[in-house]
Amino acid sequence: MTTSTSLVYLIALPLAGAAILLLAGRRADKWGHLLGTAMSASSFGVGLYQLMLMLDRPTEQRPVGKKLFEWINVGEFKVDAGLLLDQLSICFVLLITGVGTLIHIYSISYMSHDKDRRRFFAYLNLFIAAMLLLVLGDSYLNLYVGWEGVGLASYLLIGFWNQKPAYATASKKAFVMNRIGDMGLSFAIMIAFATMGTVSFAGVQEHAHHASEAALTGMGIMLLVAAAGKSAQFPLQAWLGDAMAGPTPVSALIHAATMVTAGVYLITRSNFVFDAAPTAQLLVVIVGAITLMFGALIGTAKDDIKKALAASTMSQIGYMILAAGLGPVGYAFAIMHLLTHGFFKAGMFLGAGSVMHGMNDEVNMRKYGALRKFMPITFVTFGLGYLAILGVPPFAGFYSKDMIIETAFNAGGAKGIILGVTTLIGAAITAFYMTRVMILTFTGTKRWDDDAHPHESPWLMWLPMAVLAIGSVSSGYLLSSGDALENWLHPLFDHHEEHEAHLFEPIVVSAMALTMVAIGVAIAFFKYARQEVSSVAPENVSIFTKIARQDLMQDRFNEAVFMRPGQALTTTLVAADDVVIDGAVRGVGQVAMGSGSALRGLQNGYVRSYAAVILVGAIALIGAIWVVVQ
Amino acid sequence: MTFTAPVLSYTLLSPILILLGGALIGVLVEAFVSKALRPVVQLTLTLGTLMLSLFQVWRIRGEQSLTAAMGSLVIDGPAVLLQGSILVIAIISIFLIADAEQFTPLAAALPGSAEEREAAQSGNQVTEVYPLTLFAVSGMMIFPIASDLIMLFVALEMLSLPLYLMAGLSRRRRLASQESALKYFLLGSFASAFFLFGAAYLYGYSGSITFAGIRESVIGGSGNDVLLLVGMAFLTIGLLFKVGAVPFHSWSPDVYQGAPTPITAFMAAATKVAAFGAMLRIFYTVFANAEWSWTPIISAIAIISMVLGSLVAISQRDVKRMLAYSSIAHAGFLLSGIIALNKAGLDATIFYLFAYGVATVGGFAVVTLVRDSSGEVTDLNRWKGLGKRSPFAASAFALFLLAFAGIPLTSGFIGKFSIFSAAYENGATAVVITGVLSSAIAAFFYIRVIVLMFFTDAVEDGTAVEIPSILTRATVVISAVITLVLGIYPAPVLDFITDLAIFIR
Repeated sequence: MTTSTSLVYLIALPLAGAAILLLAGRRADKWGHLLGTAMSASSFGVGLYQLMLMLDRPTEQRPVGKKLFEWINVGEFKVDAGLLLDQLSICFVLLITGVGTLIHIYSISYMSHDKDRRRFFAYLNLFIAAMLLLVLGDSYLNLYVGWEGVGLASYLLIGFWNQKPAYATASKKAFVMNRIGDMGLSFAIMIAFATMGTVSFAGVQEHAHHASEAALTGMGIMLLVAAAGKSAQFPLQAWLGDAMAGPTPVSALIHAATMVTAGVYLITRSNFVFDAAPTAQLLVVIVGAITLMFGALIGTAKDDIKKALAASTMSQIGYMILAAGLGPVGYAFAIMHLLTHGFFKAGMFLGAGSVMHGMNDEVNMRKYGALRKFMPITFVTFGLGYLAILGVPPFAGFYSKDMIIETAFNAGGAKGIILGVTTLIGAAITAFYMTRVMILTFTGTKRWDDDAHPHESPWLMWLPMAVLAIGSVSSGYLLSSGDALENWLHPLFDHHEEHEAHLFEPIVVSAMALTMVAIGVAIAFFKYARQEVSSVAPENVSIFTKIARQDLMQDRFNEAVFMRPGQALTTTLVAADDVVIDGAVRGVGQVAMGSGSALRGLQNGYVRSYAAVILVGAIALIGAIWVVVQ
Repeated sequence: MTFTAPVLSYTLLSPILILLGGALIGVLVEAFVSKALRPVVQLTLTLGTLMLSLFQVWRIRGEQSLTAAMGSLVIDGPAVLLQGSILVIAIISIFLIADAEQFTPLAAALPGSAEEREAAQSGNQVTEVYPLTLFAVSGMMIFPIASDLIMLFVALEMLSLPLYLMAGLSRRRRLASQESALKYFLLGSFASAFFLFGAAYLYGYSGSITFAGIRESVIGGSGNDVLLLVGMAFLTIGLLFKVGAVPFHSWSPDVYQGAPTPITAFMAAATKVAAFGAMLRIFYTVFANAEWSWTPIISAIAIISMVLGSLVAISQRDVKRMLAYSSIAHAGFLLSGIIALNKAGLDATIFYLFAYGVATVGGFAVVTLVRDSSGEVTDLNRWKGLGKRSPFAASAFALFLLAFAGIPLTSGFIGKFSIFSAAYENGATAVVITGVLSSAIAAFFYIRVIVLMFFTDAVEDGTAVEIPSILTRATVVISAVITLVLGIYPAPVLDFITDLAIFIR
């Protein structure tokens, strides 16, 4: 594989930015945000440069690598810290640095009143560096470093306003739930090493077909656990809603466009594991399907604009995971939806931030209304994102989501029908809750408090939104025209030349999807645009709404199943620790003290006693040798 | 009778010759340079000598010679590595020794006498400590490369005599310091007697005083085994005394406590390297073929050293005594590297010696920082809350303690891991299990000190942490950096050791 030294700069630039901003302290307050943005932009520049180089090379020579140093060399266990840039990682690199840079620019203005803006940019840079390491690592262990790095950055940023206890709790919740996923990843790495003796992607790919299916299934399930943790998939989804406590640019970058899609990356990257482990692959599909419904249902009942968008993120990632679980036919569509989603969801989050900016940080949509007139640019950019997520042609989501629905139907048999119908219903619910968001926020009558003075955001904020809106409009067409992305990624995946029968023609699928979307939009329209919307959430609602408002009881579930037994276990363990372990330690201590005072007789300070000890020791030594020799 | 002039390979001996030359010039400096200039001249001279010597060691790496000094000294990879370690440790210790506050103004004066007070008022300093250090270092440099019994004994005395003296130079608690020096001297002489006795037996056994000669007899197996076994046992006692292994350890807590802390640091770190270096050579080459007879004994000594060192350390209330017992436990850990008797064991022991030596100097350097108006505060109870008053000292000390405990990301972990795995490879399961268990016990008291420093409220007793002088700060920082680097990225050093560490016979 060709070596490319400039790969290092991709990571080194934002990392240096983070280091400088954190170490320089208050001195950097004046220019810190500019440096952070510049670092992210330069990294994007390096990414573009790499893309151009890659386009120039013939297909088989496209991946480039760079060995950094020999990291671990213990017995059989050898890992080099190395980077790998191939067709898959370049997609992520450009998404991360591109959207990342836009969000840096947005944050300059959004965070301008925060006295800790420099620290914020330091964390953003840290996140960019860690996320790039995640997608550029050439082994599971290198990926793991980035994986933990983004977890840290996410924790720091969710709790950025940690002076509010609720926000600090939210960051802890995200951290703890992510630990479960991280544990899965570390188990997967251990399984890989134990069965295949290597943890590099190339090595695992090479040895995967020698490994037993049981081992691969185990590894696949553990990878899925990891992906579920990071990408907020069922059953580890509960942290994402609370993560909205972070500043909105963070929600846009980390909790919508990039970090939460790391699970999709992990599964796509591990295609060679899942392709050889059908059971694990089926579980991936199931998790994706459950989550896409789960997220969509939560989205219908949320009045907090960011939480509604977060639920939608969860649901859309469910689509991607589902696609990735469908095997080689689905990987490219998972990535395509990931990229288009990166544009429109980030754009909508920034739009939400813009609305909040104009509305005294109000997040309750019931206190919005009729903002279209006051924030025309936000309305237009948000609206384009809305059309994209719905999958209205020719916007981005149309291409990516329809492909997933179509592939789901084509999975064959009952599985295909179930998955296809699920994705279709998901699309309808998506249309419903997104329309609800649009109506509640931008149309209808104004319901805001008297002290709110909605106004359009400054250009530094709307410019990134506009750029992302262009992406929401065009990215789908660009990526799918001539199957561009599919062909681009094709060399990475192991394609079986089997052509499943098409259950439906593509045009039929599109028609069905659009019908479902229309139904969803219509219901939302009649429910919210035709009736007066109360500025407080109505109490006399159906039990289903109540459940959905409580995130489908996910926290209650976690509390009952994990927290309370966990607490009971902890209490028991503490008691056991007091009695057994501490007892043993105290016992050891007492024995030691006892022997100490016994020995103090010897350690009495008299040199004659010391000499006697030595003499006795010498005699004992001779005696011992005599015994041994006999 | 014809007289043949001895042939000396001056290049190979240059590190030692430079040290001896530096020491002699140091003596002349004492005589001819004015009192005011002496400290700075001596410090510069000593540091320069050590650096030059280290440079020479670096230049002769890769050289091999059995006949560097008519067959009395041997130069090979382990020799270079051990000598280099000793020099590095000496260099970072010398910064501590440069702290005049630690040493009595006039060693010859009676404690509390009028002369002493006068000397203190006139700003007198015992700059003799510098040449003494250089003499001790030259002895330590010869010790692991000696290849006959006479040379080994000469080196042993050469490194010991200056240390006996230096142990008695403490400024505070003069009586305890002098007592410890005398104890060290008496017991050291006692051990030396055993050593000589053993050497005589070995001569009786093999008819030779060279390592090569004894080795041939051991392989041939023709001699009287009783002579071999007794000789081996007594020789080993002399060496075990120097490393402070149980039951020849009783001097070390008293001496560690009584000696001036910079000397304790130097002694604890460098003597261990030298003595273990000599043991490695003797057991890996001379006695390797009599493995059956000494492995069980050394294993037993390793086990009691680890257990006793760790257990007794728990009940210590004085930080220097605690570190002394910890060094006894570490002597046990290091002995498992001798038992390993394989290439991995050799590499691991050399790495461990260096890593432990550096961390030890760093640890004692922190001890010198914690003082009140009457000198160092070594009572652990008064270290409470140190983390708040002096984050620098407390975090550095915490790092060194973690390294002693063998926590990952410090050099101690890599050292323990490699030394135990090497011993395990050779079937020393009992030693390894005891080693791991006593490491756990040891971790308990190391971490207790960390808790004491960071999570316990301070008592208001005026324990001040002195703003570290630039030299002491250098020692702490260099030791901390080495400890961390060896813990995080040990590969280059391990590879370097693996490539070089091959004994020639």
